[in-house]
Amino acid sequence: MSMPTYLGMPAFPEAAAEALANPQLRRNLAHATGTIRTKRAAAVAELTDWDELRAAAKAIKDHTLANLDHYLLQLEEKVTAAGGQVHWADGAAEANAIVASLTRAAGTDTVVKVKSMATQETGLNEALAAEGITAIETDLAELIVQLGRDRPSHILVPAIHRNRAEIREIFRREMPDAPAGLTDDPAELAAAARSHLRRAFLSATVGVSGANFAIAETGSLVVLESEGNGRMCLTLPETLISVVGIEKLLPSWRDLEVFLALLPRSSTAERMNPYISTWTGVRPGDGPRAFHLVLLDNGRTTALADKIGRQALRCIKCSACLNVCPVYERVGGHAYGSPYPGPIGAILTPQLRGMSSAADQALPYASTLCGACYDVCPVAINIPEALVHLRSLAVDSRRHARFQTDFPAERLALGAVAWTLRGRRRLAFAQRAASASRKLFGASGSAAWTRRLPLLGGWTRTRNLPVPPPESFRAWWARTRQDDASPDSPPEIAPGLPSPGTAPRQTGSGTADE
Amino acid sequence: MSDWARPGSPGAAVSRERVLGRVRAAIGRAQGAERDVAAEYAALPRGYLRAHHDPAEHDIVALFAERAADYRAVVESVTTAALPAAIARVIADRARAGGTGAWFAVPAGLPPGWLSRVADGTPGVRLAGDDPPLSALELDSCAGVVTGCALAIAETGTIVLDHGPGQGRRALTLVPDFHLVVVRHDQVAADLPDALAGLDPALPQTLISGPSATSDIELVRVEGVHGPRTLHVLIATADCQG
Repeated sequence: MSMPTYLGMPAFPEAAAEALANPQLRRNLAHATGTIRTKRAAAVAELTDWDELRAAAKAIKDHTLANLDHYLLQLEEKVTAAGGQVHWADGAAEANAIVASLTRAAGTDTVVKVKSMATQETGLNEALAAEGITAIETDLAELIVQLGRDRPSHILVPAIHRNRAEIREIFRREMPDAPAGLTDDPAELAAAARSHLRRAFLSATVGVSGANFAIAETGSLVVLESEGNGRMCLTLPETLISVVGIEKLLPSWRDLEVFLALLPRSSTAERMNPYISTWTGVRPGDGPRAFHLVLLDNGRTTALADKIGRQALRCIKCSACLNVCPVYERVGGHAYGSPYPGPIGAILTPQLRGMSSAADQALPYASTLCGACYDVCPVAINIPEALVHLRSLAVDSRRHARFQTDFPAERLALGAVAWTLRGRRRLAFAQRAASASRKLFGASGSAAWTRRLPLLGGWTRTRNLPVPPPESFRAWWARTRQDDASPDSPPEIAPGLPSPGTAPRQTGSGTADE
Repeated sequence: MSDWARPGSPGAAVSRERVLGRVRAAIGRAQGAERDVAAEYAALPRGYLRAHHDPAEHDIVALFAERAADYRAVVESVTTAALPAAIARVIADRARAGGTGAWFAVPAGLPPGWLSRVADGTPGVRLAGDDPPLSALELDSCAGVVTGCALAIAETGTIVLDHGPGQGRRALTLVPDFHLVVVRHDQVAADLPDALAGLDPALPQTLISGPSATSDIELVRVEGVHGPRTLHVLIATADCQG
């Protein structure tokens, strides 16, 4: 298993501290995420059956994952029958080597690329460069990142950390054919990218893509995009190579009616993104003459084996969770040290990469557990639940590594938190108990004594224990809304932990003003 | 070439078995174990709507026109009888904008009457078929392309090409900067479920919602990147309405 840990990348706390000291970055991010949050809420509110679509998507993905071997074999059979060739890649190095050898076999040293998370994850561009093959990124944001010798910081908009003035500077510096009087008008910048890439598209012989969905029943692949660069790469080259994670499968063509309703609205906040391409094997006289599908594991089966962690594999990479995350909005994507930033990255990266490094052990802590990510997730991934679970695994792996942990009570405590958060009644009881414990803090409300607690000293040395409120939100709600709910059946709103179909949609905690 | 990179090599087979083995171990299934995947799949909850605008209560052709225009497509409705004149007018306008020598690509299988009036508007405007196939460079130099479509989706303002007769191969509607597409009123589906059910997945499909666009700079939507920068939609309504 491997995914490049960015070289020299510090663990999240240090990287976050550095990002927080950059006011330009924070302004760019706040502006961009604020814009998309408002638009997404409007696009989602248009569909009165959003909760039912979300429930169907979750069920379809769970069913697919529970029968993944069956569907993988079906996909392989259908792609092969349609004239495509299927390759299986254990890890990143293998996937990259397959692409390199297929490119070489096609007789070229240049490939045009559609934006793809799978090939970001495998570090394909660097691996191809080492083999003397040039990969040209054709998505505008990926091009900005590539020309700026930068790293992507967002799943959907990898250059979200750059504003228009910075992008103009990158184009003027790195794009030899940029027009002389190029301004920072986004339309002009897009036009410059169009003419810059035109020749590459028209002469390309190998295209490399990922896929948003792979349909087992028919062997069809599906790519969603906006600019038309995807259509160029999928259509004009003679050879097409698609690197696709094994979690991208859907059982049937019909399932697209669910996912094409959810993904564009969650992602670009549009009713539909400008272009969707589907293809099945090769089509004589139309498009590539050779099609290769590379099925990528690279840690996905490790995640699949974890009953709580596997829900991360439902992810359709919409990036809605990034746009609502208070932590992401302030630190940006680079601090997460992985192609998958934000809340989904905090649960996906440590599972794909393993939890042996300090950077990966720190990722599950890169969250306030506010639950906004769960609220907006179109496939209902309970990110807070997975984060808490992974925190307890992180403590486990530290203990294995050092034989003795700094915080002997932390793992036990996190296990108890996970158990409590999974049950409504357990949570209510815990909150009542916490309120009762106020007595311990006395009239002054001082928490100084908690620094001297046995076992917990390592934890509380660096943290002030907050004094519990006299009444939890749930208890307050039950008391002041006696008409609607009795204390025995508390309302379906758990603080910070919305559950599918119950939290107020569209203006859920994440999309509301922060 | 590394051994496992060569399809059909022993190394490649090892990777395939290793991945499948890990999948089976992870989900707790033995190879060939009895299970009814089809029955499980059929029982999945699908409580969502088949259409967000019921065709019995809404004018879905008007909804399609409105939503396609939302994404900056140029949308006009004309009667079927007036369609050839409308096509001629749009092409003439575009040809004038394109300067002398403007020519348009035309796929095989376009209804014969559609282009019957083109010469009236701008004498000398040239139409070129795609047989033998035009090269990508040739397509890059044409003024535009005229096609029909497989169907359209009202809810999302989407046009679907299955690249059958009258639509051309994929490159034909991709490389030119201008795409004139005719949608017959009886081709408009209310929403995604009906539209997808009407498509053949074995054919390549292209779903088009407005001209090419990007939101990659500060999440501001800009129309016009690599695909056609102008999408002109002519909706052919039933003659009796006109």
